[in-house]
Amino acid sequence: MTDTTVFQARKILTMNPARPSATHVAVREGRILGVGSAADLAGWGPHRLDTSFADQVLMPGLVEGHSHLMAGTLWRYTYGGYFDATDPAGRVWPGLKTLDAVVAALSAAAAATVGVSGANADAPVVGWGFDPIYFGERRCHRADLDRVSTTRPVGVMHASGHILNVNTAALNLAGLLRSGIDHPGIPLGDDGLPTGELKGPEAMMAALDHVGLNRSFLSGDAQGIADFARLCVRAGVTTATDMAATLGEAELQTLERITGAPDYPVRIVSLLRLIGMKPADAVDRARALAARSTEQLRLGRIKVVADGSIQGFSARLRWPGYYNGRPNGLWYTAPEAMREAFTLGLKHGVQIHTHTNGDEATELVLDCMAQALAASHCADHRYTLQHCQLADDAQYRRMKALGLCVNLFANHHHYWGDQHFAVTVGPERAERMNACRSALAAGVPLAIHSDAPITPMAPLFTAWCAVHRLTASGRVLGAHQRITVAEALQAITLGAAYTLKLDGEIGSIECGKRADFCVLADDPTAVPPEALKDVRIWGTVQGGRIFAA
Amino acid sequence: MDELPRTLPTVVIGGYLGAGKTTLINHLLRHAGGRRIAVLVNDFGEVNIDADLIEGAEAGVLSLAGGCLCCSFGDDLIGTLSGLRRRNPAPDVVLIELSGVALPAAVQRSMRLAPGIDVAGTLVLADAADIRRQAGDRYVGDTVRQQLREADWVLVNKTDLLAAPALQDLLPWLAALAPGARVMACAAHALPAELVLGWRTAGPGDVDRADHTDDDDDELAQFVSPALGSFGRPVSPADQVFASHSQRLPAGTDLAALGAALAAPDSGVLRAKALLADGPAGAADIDAAGWLLQVAGGRWQVSPAVVRGAGRLVLIGLRGQFDARRFVLH
Repeated sequence: MTDTTVFQARKILTMNPARPSATHVAVREGRILGVGSAADLAGWGPHRLDTSFADQVLMPGLVEGHSHLMAGTLWRYTYGGYFDATDPAGRVWPGLKTLDAVVAALSAAAAATVGVSGANADAPVVGWGFDPIYFGERRCHRADLDRVSTTRPVGVMHASGHILNVNTAALNLAGLLRSGIDHPGIPLGDDGLPTGELKGPEAMMAALDHVGLNRSFLSGDAQGIADFARLCVRAGVTTATDMAATLGEAELQTLERITGAPDYPVRIVSLLRLIGMKPADAVDRARALAARSTEQLRLGRIKVVADGSIQGFSARLRWPGYYNGRPNGLWYTAPEAMREAFTLGLKHGVQIHTHTNGDEATELVLDCMAQALAASHCADHRYTLQHCQLADDAQYRRMKALGLCVNLFANHHHYWGDQHFAVTVGPERAERMNACRSALAAGVPLAIHSDAPITPMAPLFTAWCAVHRLTASGRVLGAHQRITVAEALQAITLGAAYTLKLDGEIGSIECGKRADFCVLADDPTAVPPEALKDVRIWGTVQGGRIFAA
Repeated sequence: MDELPRTLPTVVIGGYLGAGKTTLINHLLRHAGGRRIAVLVNDFGEVNIDADLIEGAEAGVLSLAGGCLCCSFGDDLIGTLSGLRRRNPAPDVVLIELSGVALPAAVQRSMRLAPGIDVAGTLVLADAADIRRQAGDRYVGDTVRQQLREADWVLVNKTDLLAAPALQDLLPWLAALAPGARVMACAAHALPAELVLGWRTAGPGDVDRADHTDDDDDELAQFVSPALGSFGRPVSPADQVFASHSQRLPAGTDLAALGAALAAPDSGVLRAKALLADGPAGAADIDAAGWLLQVAGGRWQVSPAVVRGAGRLVLIGLRGQFDARRFVLH
């Protein structure tokens, strides 16, 4: 006799409009046998009734459509962010509201890592999540971090991932403590020496190794992959993407081993980044990877990066460009390579997600997509624009015509919307950034995301961002683009699942799908919309297995 | 070596997709003349080293014929360059092949963060038949124009695809887009290797072998393709694009004045190198403190060097465009 468990809940939000709410869900072999009332399920035969969730609310396991395994790796270092954050073990690290507080946290970490014997006396002291934009005009100087240590290298990565602050010892190790440096990413002090702020990948790269942030920072190792899963459980997430992996054989084997463990709680969708290989080779590699997919590790998709970031002024904008007059950004992938990747991907059934931030990058991807579709017709490709922060209504209408999906960066709007309003794109275009309403109105399938670790993974918070569009300063930025709670909940479940072509398996609670649930103490459809981000998460059920946060 | 401290001369090779960067790299590898060339590629997706040049592959590094190698620098150019400098033997010259949308000046700024790297020059290739369209493209036009602006040398490649009159229009158009660069029309597979790789310390074309004129430069002659034109002159099959020249320099020559003259916009000089000992000319077998002048297009710099023997100058220019007498200074 097959083992069947029926979970009883205070309420089950199914996201299936045919039976939107229920009280019981039957699970067999990790999949949903049925959902409804106890009576509805009786016909499936003998079962074990599990009342653990009798006072909880179940909804489909949340789907994070754009995150990075690095989110797990970073927690090995000291959190230096402005907002409270929770580590994989569940400890809440209070936001650090002053530069002094950041220095104090790093100093404490430095002291904790040196034993009485003096072991680790040269080891780097590393922080992340730093966001001095909230500390006013004053920039962090290497002298500030010299207060942490004058002998050990100290490095603090900014929340954006685009800037690294280091101390004098780290500058020295990197060979940068000298006069005569002429680089736009390395500001100099009155003494002609670098201030310790390293902006952009080239400037940062010289010092990353010396502060211990290089390889492990870029990709998840075994502990990072495990820690990432803990973050997912805490956020109610049962499927999450690793949006830009290199997937070398060693990295892949680690992923296979960790995700294959019987108690690994998350389905990881890992996308191969198109870099360092020809489009044709990437498509071949993706097809080979697809054959190695497992229940918990989904492979075979490609990620392409078209441009940079708006706050880093490396995104490609259409006329009139940046609000503060900065020159236009950079292409990260040549149009020809994108077109070829799309054409071959469509031909061979390989799905491609493309990072665009600026509206010119989005326009180019739309053009490339139109050309690729003319060459390789494909009826249900679900190619997805990731971030796509500045797209306008006409571009959403083109996305619809071309069958594209969009995954918008709702969290970004909250954290950096004020900067976009004041500095990067100005008030009018800032209001249309991350235009969830435009996407839905045009009929473009919609997901929303955190881009963890850039912002914390917490899809209910992401949903709150899309519902209210409140910036960190409290401004409602683009009221017209707000969506309803129901639409936002759809975007973090079925919506994100659709962009991954997994909506037949996950994203709703209905017969035949994976038994993936987000277990909540509150009903997100019953709390005031302002409280959506505060809905308490108990943990998850994934593939029928129970994971407490 | 005649230069201390030992620095690694590095040439950046840019240009939009299809301009011929890979053709040029393969050509230079075939004409390395004993130099150990390290080719760094931005993106393995864009480079195609000829299969017969590849001897092996290990840990992401392709071993190439003649002690040359090729590897990708990914997002760590500085670390890769530093690693090359530590290699034993270290390469003689590094070629950095950029991706089609990369901007040379940004890469140069990063290179200068690595210790011991000498940015010898930036060569940007242009596809003769397509560069006008690329420079006007709504998406990549500004990138293509900026690449040209940031060049020391613009090499107009695939000239055989363009009729002679169109080429004559193209060259001044490019010169206006790239006012700081020397513009030359030549098939990438026919470019004199010295222009990119610099001069060796022994052999034909050697900077130590002064006092010969371009007429006896047999190494150069083999590269000169008869079907090519040169900037400012009518294209005719008989024309030869390049000429080289070398001469002794009197003791006390003002290298700064010489550098400014060689780098002047109308000098016709593409690349030059001069060595001069302090004080009276040193003996041929004795190291003396002195100076090195390097000229790349419109840029020149003088740096300390250890010099043996008499002062000398070697240069390569556009045939008929430079007047060697102008550079004989006292």
